[in-house]
Amino acid sequence: MSQEHTLDPNNLPKDPAKSTLEGKHKFLGLWFFLGGETVLFSCFFATYLALKNSTAGGPTSQDLFGLELVFIMTILLLTSSLTSVYAIYHMKNYDFKKMQLWFGITALLGLAFLGFEIYEFYHYITDYGFTFRSSAFGSAFYTLVGFHGGHVVFGLSWLIALMVRNARRGITLKNASKFNTFSLYWHFIDVVWVFIFTVVYLMGMVS
Amino acid sequence: MTENTSMSKLNSYQNHKSKEEMKHQVITFALMIIFTLIAFYAVAVDMDKIFVIPLILILAIVQVGFQFYYFMHMKDKGHELVALLIFGGIWVAAVAILTFTTIIWW
Repeated sequence: MSQEHTLDPNNLPKDPAKSTLEGKHKFLGLWFFLGGETVLFSCFFATYLALKNSTAGGPTSQDLFGLELVFIMTILLLTSSLTSVYAIYHMKNYDFKKMQLWFGITALLGLAFLGFEIYEFYHYITDYGFTFRSSAFGSAFYTLVGFHGGHVVFGLSWLIALMVRNARRGITLKNASKFNTFSLYWHFIDVVWVFIFTVVYLMGMVS
Repeated sequence: MTENTSMSKLNSYQNHKSKEEMKHQVITFALMIIFTLIAFYAVAVDMDKIFVIPLILILAIVQVGFQFYYFMHMKDKGHELVALLIFGGIWVAAVAILTFTTIIWW
């Protein structure tokens, strides 16, 4: 292992995630990616806004959406954002166990969110016959919300892989930046959800 | 020995600073929850459309600002390039949404 990855307990770097050049590059690389993700999601949002009234005689947003379910999902994802902030706080204090604990809670909240989303889609398909092929509105809705759900799946896989892979290693200057980039990605998923619950669900329910 | 003392002093300063930061994060979270509640409430009580839509959009934008600047630390030093990347993304996003909502209307 190279010199820069060895930790001296008397001289711990203030921010382990950005104390190596590799860590700095990972940090900037992730933000570059998030800039691209912003463009990607904005195109899905734009498509949805353009096609949300093209229901082709099928169910409309007012027929489908319910406030309770979306509210629960929103609280779950918002809370998981805070728990990952706690995890990073403990990472900066080099408390590996607490970091793992808070990331574990983050993963559970993410899984619960995903469970509700699967239930929601199942409910639309079986009770309303509202599918990806129902109308232009259906395609735009499932593409936007489903792609966000796909990001949650990817984020959960990423987090679980990180936690398992580093379970016995503790915090090093090599993996600190990996945990940090994950938490930034997870916050970004929450950012996208804030616009989804506002633009898709809330605006869809206002008559 | 003196070196150790100054080190622990420095550490306690760091700890104090990160505790302070954590407090801000929790306040940010509380505000985000309150904004969410207001947005859902405004839709649930069926207020006027002309009033509700701008209100919930503004609440969403402020909430996302909190997420970026506090949770994702964009308020900290050394985030100039980050801001350039994300605002570049937001600029393209704005143009895309403007285009799709004004050119396509059928």
